[in-house]
Amino acid sequence: MQIIQPHYHAIARTAQDYERMAMSGVVAVAEPAFWAGFDRLYPETFIDYFRQISEFEPTRAAEYGIKHYCWVAVNPKEAENPELSHEVLKKMPEFFNKPTVLGVGEIGFHKTTKNEEEIFEAQVEQAIKYDQLILIHTPHLQDKVRGTKRTLEVLSHMNVNPERVWIDHVEEHTIREPLEAGYWVGFTLYPVTKCSPKRAVDMLEMYGHERILVNSSADWGPSDPFTLQQCVVQFRARGYSTQDAIEIFHNNPARFLGQNPKFDIKPIRLETIDEPSHNLIGN
Amino acid sequence: MQTALQVLDREYLEARCSLLELAAALDRIDRASDHEEGAGEFSDSRLELLKQAMALLSEKSHLPNRSERMLLLFSDLD
Repeated sequence: MQIIQPHYHAIARTAQDYERMAMSGVVAVAEPAFWAGFDRLYPETFIDYFRQISEFEPTRAAEYGIKHYCWVAVNPKEAENPELSHEVLKKMPEFFNKPTVLGVGEIGFHKTTKNEEEIFEAQVEQAIKYDQLILIHTPHLQDKVRGTKRTLEVLSHMNVNPERVWIDHVEEHTIREPLEAGYWVGFTLYPVTKCSPKRAVDMLEMYGHERILVNSSADWGPSDPFTLQQCVVQFRARGYSTQDAIEIFHNNPARFLGQNPKFDIKPIRLETIDEPSHNLIGN
Repeated sequence: MQTALQVLDREYLEARCSLLELAAALDRIDRASDHEEGAGEFSDSRLELLKQAMALLSEKSHLPNRSERMLLLFSDLD
C-alpha cells in the first residue's frame, strides 16, 4: 500500500529508515523545520539547516525512490528568542522559491509565551503574504490544551484560510475545536508522549476521515517512523478496506500538501481489472 | 537505590501512557456496545476483573505489592 509520511524529521534518521520506509510503501515524506535538541545561536545556522532539508535531504531520499519535501520556520521553542527569529524570518522567503518547499512550519506555541506568540503571528503573516501552506505544532503534555486554545484565538484574528492550515499533534482533548473551525488536524504517533496507533484509529472512527492527517514525526528522540505502518495495520485489523486506508494514509496528505502545486503526488484509487482467463490446463 | 522522586521522574510518562491506553480501550468497548442494536448494557466477567484491578490501583497498602495482587486477581485459584 502506498503511504505518505506528512511529518518526518529525516535529518535525525538513518538511511536505513528510508530504505525500510520504501520497502513498506512510503512514497513521500514532508519534513518540517524543528528544534535540533539545543537552542541555536546564529541565524546562519538556520539558513544552513533550511539548505540541508531543501537541497540535500531530497537527494538522500531519492536514493530509495522516496520524494522528499520540506517546510521552513523558526520552531516554537526557539521562537522564545525574538531577535534571532526575526533575522531568520528575513531569509525565509528565499526558500519559498525552492522546488520542494511547501510552506511555513512547524510554528506555534511551546510554553505559550508572549515571545512565542509574537513570532507565531509574524510567521503566519509571512505565510499569508507569500501564499504558503501553514503547519502548526501544538504543545506537549500538560501545555497542550492551553497552547491549542491560544493558537485558535490568534488564528481567528488573522486572515487565514483554514483549509490551508494544519494543526498538528492533536489528541482526544484537543481535536474537536480545530476540526470544527475548518482546519486540517494531525495525529502524531509517539511511543509514550503523544498518540498511539490504536487511539489514532479510535479518533478516526469518532471524527471521520476528512481533514485528518496521521504521521509518525520520527525525530532524534524516542520515536519510530513505523508507528505509521502500525496504525495502518490497526486500521485494517478493525475491518476497514485497503481503499479506506489509502484515503487516510495517502490521499489525505496528497490533498492537503497538494494545495501547493509543488507537491505533485495525486490521490489514488484501487481498481480491479477484468481480464480474460489464461487458464491453459486442458489446451 | 534511586529515590522515590527519581523513580517517579523515570516512570511518570510511561504510567500516564498506560492509563491513557486503558481509558481508550474501555471507551472502545463502550462505543462498540453502543452500536450493537437491541443490546442492553454490556457485561462480561473479564470487564468486572478489569474494574476490580483498577480499584486495586488506588488502594493503600503497607506493602508495595499491587502487581502481585493484580496477577492473583487475574488467576484461577480454585
